Amino acid sequence: MGGHPLAWAMAAAVPVAFLCVFFAWPVAALVVRGFVDEAGFTLDGVREVLVAPRTWRIVGQTLGQAVAGTAVAVLLGVPGAHLLYRRRFPGRRLLRAVVSVPFVLPTVVVGVAFQSLLATHGPLGFLGLQESFTAIVAALVFFNYSVVVRTVGALWSRLDPRAEDAARTLGAGRLRVLASVTLPALAPAIASAASLVFLFCASAFGVVLVLGGASYGTIETEIWYQTTQLLDLQAAAALSILQLVVVSGTLIIAGATRARQERALRLSGNPADAPLGRADAASAVLTAVVVLGLLVTPMASLVWRSFQTVTGVGLGNYLALSGDAGQLTVSVWQSLANSLATAAAATAIALFLGLLVSYVLSRRPASAPGRRALRTLDAVFMLPLGVSAVTVGFGFLITLNRPPLDLRSSWALIPIAQAVVALPLVVRTLLPTLRAIDPRLHEAAATLGAGPGRIVRTIDLPFALRGLGLALGFAFATSLGEFGATSFLSRPDRPTLPVVIFRLIGRPGAENFGMAMSASVVLAVLTATVMGLAEWIGPKDVNPW
Amino acid sequence: MSHRFAAVALSAVLLAGCGGPAAVPGSPAPATTSAAPTESKTLTVITHDSFALSDATIAAFKASSGYDVKFVAPGDVGTLVNQLVLTKDAPLGDVVYGIDNTFAGRAISEGVVRPYASPALPPGAAAYAADDKDSLTPVDYGDVCLNADTGWFKAHKLAVPETLDDLVKPEYKDLLVVENPASSSPGLAFLAATVGEKGDPGYLDYWTALKTNGVKVVKGWTEAYTVEFSGSSGKGDRPLVVSYNSSPAYEPATEALTRTCFRQVEYAAVLAGAQNEVGARKFVDFMLSATVQAEIPKQMYMYPVDPDAKLPADWLAHAAVVNDPIEVSIDALAAGRDTWIKAWTATVVG
Repeated sequence: MGGHPLAWAMAAAVPVAFLCVFFAWPVAALVVRGFVDEAGFTLDGVREVLVAPRTWRIVGQTLGQAVAGTAVAVLLGVPGAHLLYRRRFPGRRLLRAVVSVPFVLPTVVVGVAFQSLLATHGPLGFLGLQESFTAIVAALVFFNYSVVVRTVGALWSRLDPRAEDAARTLGAGRLRVLASVTLPALAPAIASAASLVFLFCASAFGVVLVLGGASYGTIETEIWYQTTQLLDLQAAAALSILQLVVVSGTLIIAGATRARQERALRLSGNPADAPLGRADAASAVLTAVVVLGLLVTPMASLVWRSFQTVTGVGLGNYLALSGDAGQLTVSVWQSLANSLATAAAATAIALFLGLLVSYVLSRRPASAPGRRALRTLDAVFMLPLGVSAVTVGFGFLITLNRPPLDLRSSWALIPIAQAVVALPLVVRTLLPTLRAIDPRLHEAAATLGAGPGRIVRTIDLPFALRGLGLALGFAFATSLGEFGATSFLSRPDRPTLPVVIFRLIGRPGAENFGMAMSASVVLAVLTATVMGLAEWIGPKDVNPW
Repeated sequence: MSHRFAAVALSAVLLAGCGGPAAVPGSPAPATTSAAPTESKTLTVITHDSFALSDATIAAFKASSGYDVKFVAPGDVGTLVNQLVLTKDAPLGDVVYGIDNTFAGRAISEGVVRPYASPALPPGAAAYAADDKDSLTPVDYGDVCLNADTGWFKAHKLAVPETLDDLVKPEYKDLLVVENPASSSPGLAFLAATVGEKGDPGYLDYWTALKTNGVKVVKGWTEAYTVEFSGSSGKGDRPLVVSYNSSPAYEPATEALTRTCFRQVEYAAVLAGAQNEVGARKFVDFMLSATVQAEIPKQMYMYPVDPDAKLPADWLAHAAVVNDPIEVSIDALAAGRDTWIKAWTATVVG
């Protein structure tokens, strides 16, 4: 391998160009405006923000919630991954789909669901969690649990059990096997998941404003306020740079951790799972508590409220979704079609670019600069998750404003913006599997006379396809639920489902609220179905050995 | 062998990819004003995120105007106006709908709109004008008022409060929920109402008193009305909320307190530098047409500016008529808005 630098550069060029035009350039253009006033270049705005004690309180709160959210999601998610991807039991497929649903639910709906449960008058009011740090962390774990479960689970299910069996045979106890064989093998996937979750938590917006109360703020909420409400671009630029520092720092640490841990793994061709046994009691109980207590309770309250109508419990809110009542400009079914079309386009873009990026990143250059270049590239493709959607959205406005790139009022910008956000997820999902390929496979193939094209076709591609179903599910779900950058590009005459839900829940009356709830349930069911189907995609038994 | 080259090639690609677009020079100055109004085949309409009209009405406009009409809704009114300010060198579209009086001053002083006197403006609607230069055309209005859960007050044998002063009385302790003016348009309207009533800086003393009396602040209207307010389906525990005078039409067991209202007026305007000024003017006229004016209450929950437009029956039955809302001029709003929000945050949130 490694003999075709030009080919690698070409494979990297397309996604890099995409990221530059639709991410780096808009962000840089907006941030640069923060350093210019009537008199020319200035650092006043930045200085003012950096000396304000409030700024540092906000940075502290951002880091605090992100670290706590990530730690809890990983601690709860790894046992969940074991149960859902390493053990066989009836209803496992359904459970896998259920845990993915929160990931796409609109934050405004989740905010209302959590608030209603935790409010002093709500069913969980006795916990005294309203407007608390704990409530925010709980909501962050609610959204991100599936990221850990699925990312770690995908690798775990393919981990060859023979290494663990051998250790057991040699007399190691269960915990010792877990600590010295299993967890080290899973470390790259855990690090992948943790960095994703950290970026999601650090840039969380709606859920922080709703659940944190008025005194709580993060870098993200502050950027939103300074940019959209005050148009104080100097303050926003300073905050964006702080955000970039936090995010890049995280990515560097995560990258270094992964680099230390990553190695060729023995992956079995078929999922290696065993029936649920007595020894799984602990992880089963923990996962049941998390799934029922944290995930299902808010979703169940949502479902319950979707059946409550002015005239009692019934299907009225669902029947109203056809839009005949005149409450909506387009029926929910029409907006569902809009959502699906947008998501399909976004998924296609994200998968195409994601495959290219992952493929390039899975190389193992022998030279130090080569490795550094790849690590930088890896981090660069993660940035869109950690940078404020407001900065990207407003950046679009001042950059993509001239032909041939005057896309500001074009529908195409919506799937493109969603693909930018979905791309890091696709890469993080595909990469652990691709990097686990034993380089000796490539060498052996090359020695036996296979050309580079053939190696890609017969070794890399089958591996990539295994992760593809998961990546596709994630990309599709991200696009269905994305409400950050795309809320700035919303098309009132062609609304997507989250936009319709947002509109309904912003209006008075039990009917509108009920419809918002039933539309959210439709979105949840759609997501569960898509994520469930995605697991079927890709070859079931591939064995390149 | 050539790994070093690979790294160099990669870096080159990164640099080249990023460097290219950034090199595009700044945009040319907008076209001069004296020429005949521009026109093109497409019309881009920028609105706030509450914009809604029925499919049939929009289709009728597309057909009668003959344009390829695109709608874009970037967000709430603050986001909308600030995006227009940010993009005035290369306007986002041709016409805007949804600027309200709290942000109108900024839109006018930043020069993002071009004056247009619409012949479609009903005679009775001139009172809603933003200035005497026809910078903005009023389309609809709504009154942000305190709403009370009438049944709650009856059950607790307490008189429903009537004025802002009532709210700081001990018997109304812990009963009020308001929206954060930094993140909510009705929250900002209510803050403006307190400034209009108590003056500046008197409003801060008033808010200190409200805080002592247990006012609760939440992010936005949805959280306040559907979670905290006891008069909605959320069955919260606060019987007083900041909402609209039309809300009781949808929750008949509630009432609006007509002496606590701030009037929001929403405008349409031709954007300066529009590629299709002819179409933009047609759209402004369209927003004042009888069909749209009659649709506004049902689609956007606001009152049409046309006094002859027909209102829905439940609005006539339940929505309170506000005769003299608390006034704050557009100039005062433009000058004070950001300062009020910052001072409010320091006082109430701390």
